[in-house]
Amino acid sequence: MNEVDVLVIGAGPAGMAAAMRAQESGARVAMVDDNWSAGGQIWRGVQNSHTRTPAGIRMFWGTQVVARGTAERTLLLEDSEKAFELAFDKLILATGAREIYLPFPGWTLPGVMGAGGLQALVKSGLGIQGKTVVIAGSGPLLLAVAAYLRKAGARVKLIAEQATTKAVSSFAFHMVRYPMKVTQATALKLSLHGVPYLRGCWVEAAEGEGRVQRVRLRQGRKSWTEDCDYAGIGYGLYPNTELAALLGCRLRTNAIEVNEWQRTSVDGVFAAGECTGIGGVDLSLIEGEIAGYAACGDTARASRLFGARSRAKRFAGALDRTFRLREELRTLPRPGTIICRCEDVQYEKLQQMSSFRAAKLHTRCGMGPCQARICGVATEFLFGWRTDSVRPPILPVRAGSLITRKEFQQESSITR
Amino acid sequence: MVGAGIVGAACAKELAEAGLRVAICEQNGYAGGGATAAGMGHLAVMDDSDAQFALTSYSQSLWRELAQELPAEAEYLACGALWVAADEEELREVERKFRFYQNRNVPAEILDSKQLAEAEPNLRAGLAGGLLLTADSVCYPPCAAGYLTKRAAATGGNIFFGKKVTEVSESGVRLEDNTFLTAGLTVIATGAAAVRLAPEIDVHPRKGHLAITDRYPGFVRHQLIELGYLKNAHSTTADSVAFNVQPRVTGQILIGSSRQFGVEDAVAEGPMLSNMLARAIEYMPAIADLSTIRVWTGFRAATPDNLPLIGARPGYRRIYLATGHEGLGISTSLATASLLADEILGRDSAIPRSPYEPSRSVAVHA
Ligand SMILES: Cc1cc2nc3c(=O)[nH]c(=O)nc-3n(C[C@H](O)[C@H](O)[C@H](O)COP(=O)(O)OP(=O)(O)OC[C@H]3O[C@@H](n4cnc5c(N)ncnc54)[C@H](O)[C@@H]3O)c2cc1C
Ligand SMILES: Cc1cc2nc3c(=O)[nH]c(=O)nc-3n(C[C@H](O)[C@H](O)[C@H](O)COP(=O)(O)OP(=O)(O)OC[C@H]3O[C@@H](n4cnc5c(N)ncnc54)[C@H](O)[C@@H]3O)c2cc1C
Repeated sequence: MNEVDVLVIGAGPAGMAAAMRAQESGARVAMVDDNWSAGGQIWRGVQNSHTRTPAGIRMFWGTQVVARGTAERTLLLEDSEKAFELAFDKLILATGAREIYLPFPGWTLPGVMGAGGLQALVKSGLGIQGKTVVIAGSGPLLLAVAAYLRKAGARVKLIAEQATTKAVSSFAFHMVRYPMKVTQATALKLSLHGVPYLRGCWVEAAEGEGRVQRVRLRQGRKSWTEDCDYAGIGYGLYPNTELAALLGCRLRTNAIEVNEWQRTSVDGVFAAGECTGIGGVDLSLIEGEIAGYAACGDTARASRLFGARSRAKRFAGALDRTFRLREELRTLPRPGTIICRCEDVQYEKLQQMSSFRAAKLHTRCGMGPCQARICGVATEFLFGWRTDSVRPPILPVRAGSLITRKEFQQESSITR
Repeated sequence: MVGAGIVGAACAKELAEAGLRVAICEQNGYAGGGATAAGMGHLAVMDDSDAQFALTSYSQSLWRELAQELPAEAEYLACGALWVAADEEELREVERKFRFYQNRNVPAEILDSKQLAEAEPNLRAGLAGGLLLTADSVCYPPCAAGYLTKRAAATGGNIFFGKKVTEVSESGVRLEDNTFLTAGLTVIATGAAAVRLAPEIDVHPRKGHLAITDRYPGFVRHQLIELGYLKNAHSTTADSVAFNVQPRVTGQILIGSSRQFGVEDAVAEGPMLSNMLARAIEYMPAIADLSTIRVWTGFRAATPDNLPLIGARPGYRRIYLATGHEGLGISTSLATASLLADEILGRDSAIPRSPYEPSRSVAVHA
């Protein structure tokens, strides 16, 4: 069995920062990510000082954590060929966040996707040159995605932000206190010159024959359609807490609860970045560093970063208040709108249900391969439901990977 | 009626349709959330005892009628069941079973090694043969229970969801919030939890694990069970696993199953799961590469003689039991409802009721 001092799950900004700091402190470090390169959501495919993996850190690319291992302080991992266990002394969870998709009529049409999702597709080769794109949803990610797509040759028609003008300008006002953010914002503004940024505006429906051809927008009393080839619509981010929940870490609202050392409620398990609450890349980096140091017992260096973390957190708080989702978004689904995409469950079926588990058992909502990662967030927003317990495997896994050799031998003696 | 699992739901429907004024108290906010949400839903005819045969085959005929009206989400699938013989010894058992079923007019066919391979191409090569029971089928139990509950309501029944019963007496039930509901008679149909309301009965939880895969239409065509199943399943001491896989209407494959005594924790256990999947892969090697999306556990209500408790609770005049269905409660729910209604209404039954009378189990206990 492999044995490391510090095992980091997730190679986004928080995970990379944590791994580097832990290694600096002299620990034997390994990292696991289900992708094939570092960077996470934001820096995938980007070369910078945060995505170059330092020599000496063992990388397990294309590898996912599926369950606990057979012994204490082990995890069961699976890659495209095999399943194996990895033993660790300290664990750092940097599992990030996923985009929030809210259902509306037509959201399942080809060509409609998340804002971050569209960016990821373009990064992995989708031709966007000359295509007309509408970006909508909520949060600063929309601006970054629009700027990226424009640079890639897309005609970005408009950005529809559901938050009000008042909320967004007070957020801009807050940013004045963060010089870095202002520079970033100014750069974004320049690269988005001429693209309307509509506040208090959202997509009510997507329409088209076989794929999206137009979206219907609403802003106050006004409602109109815009033609487009793609619609990238994301309503912010939702922390990935499945692994933490599986390990028994306490959650606070929807994020992993951590103390000042980024330690979770479970001994030896730390967490950093968006999985502990949505706060942006700067906060993720700092939290990652603190977790990396703290996991190695280097409290002196960890505590030196506390001030920077509190400043970054204030920005995160402003983010949260500004981009709170509006009530109207709850009223978008029609009776026939699909809410669970894995199992094609329509809104009207769910309206008759009293809880997530009732819906799951009686409509198959959340029973598909994504195990409610998408519809669980949507039904939490639409109906206030909580999804049920996290069970191993936390991700689809080959049946054979759940078999451990030792038991395979015992097995014959049991049944024969 | 206490409990809206498949058994309580079936009994409520039967009694409501017979003209009784029925109310169901179910602790969950929906039907079918107990063992019924965990069970494989194989509607089987079994030969392990004459009483088990009588109950399962009678129930199967009732299921076949009900299937005409079941909604699509109950996922009724008349796929037949195939008992798989690994070696010559088990093939002799196939012949014995065949005669048993043939003598009782249950459609059965013996498959040789080659026919077995044609019927189920994903089974490993070299298995000895099998017994095909063409009349067996599968369903999705929670929605079947939901449907039966709705039928009870449509016939004037009251369904009280979110109402947990804490005490049952001759005059009715007490709820968790201390309200008392008066009833002419009460049926305890709370599955493995029945001992909480009737502590004297000899019913013990027997834990089982299941796993379900992503969609692979056609990968498995029949409900498949290894012949060693009963040998393993009826041991009352050792933990066991058996090859038991099922095709779903969705194209998914449901993989079972395990049996454990003395475990009350619902948590899915790695070693048990590992054993169970290893067993499945032994019979169907290609299962190893199928994507598994969910694993869960459930509790069967086991009795010492493997037969359910259906009828008057010993020592009481107005309390009835409908529990102890172990691994066959989906199959036998409809027959259970029919026999219970017969007893309550003083009707004759299609099959003798005495093997399932709760008094016999208490005698075993004493
Ligand atoms: C025929 C059939 C097909 C199915 N197909 C699918 C499928 O395709 N996809 C799928 O995802 N599921 C499928 N299921 C499984 C089903 O959705 C549930 O998963 C099943 O009811 C088991 O519940 P659960 O594991 O999801 O537990 P949950 O729904 O999470 O919980 C069940 C209940 O038990 C309680 N509980 C949970 N864990 C514990 C614990 N450790 N200790 C004490 N109490 C606990 C919970 O509070 C809850 O009330 C299928 C079931 C059947 C019968
Ligand atoms: C792994 C596994 C595989 C199986 N496979 C099959 C199969 O292939 N074929 C087959 O026929 N059977 C199978 N079974 C067995 C079958 O699932 C059960 O026999 C059947 O579901 C029992 O139904 P029930 O209504 O008696 O109990 P349950 O479904 O447990 O229903 C009891 C109900 O009572 C409620 N309740 C409990 N206590 C209270 C209270 N105090 N107040 C109010 N409500 C209460 C519960 O919430 C629940 O809804 C399997 C079981 C398991 C575990």
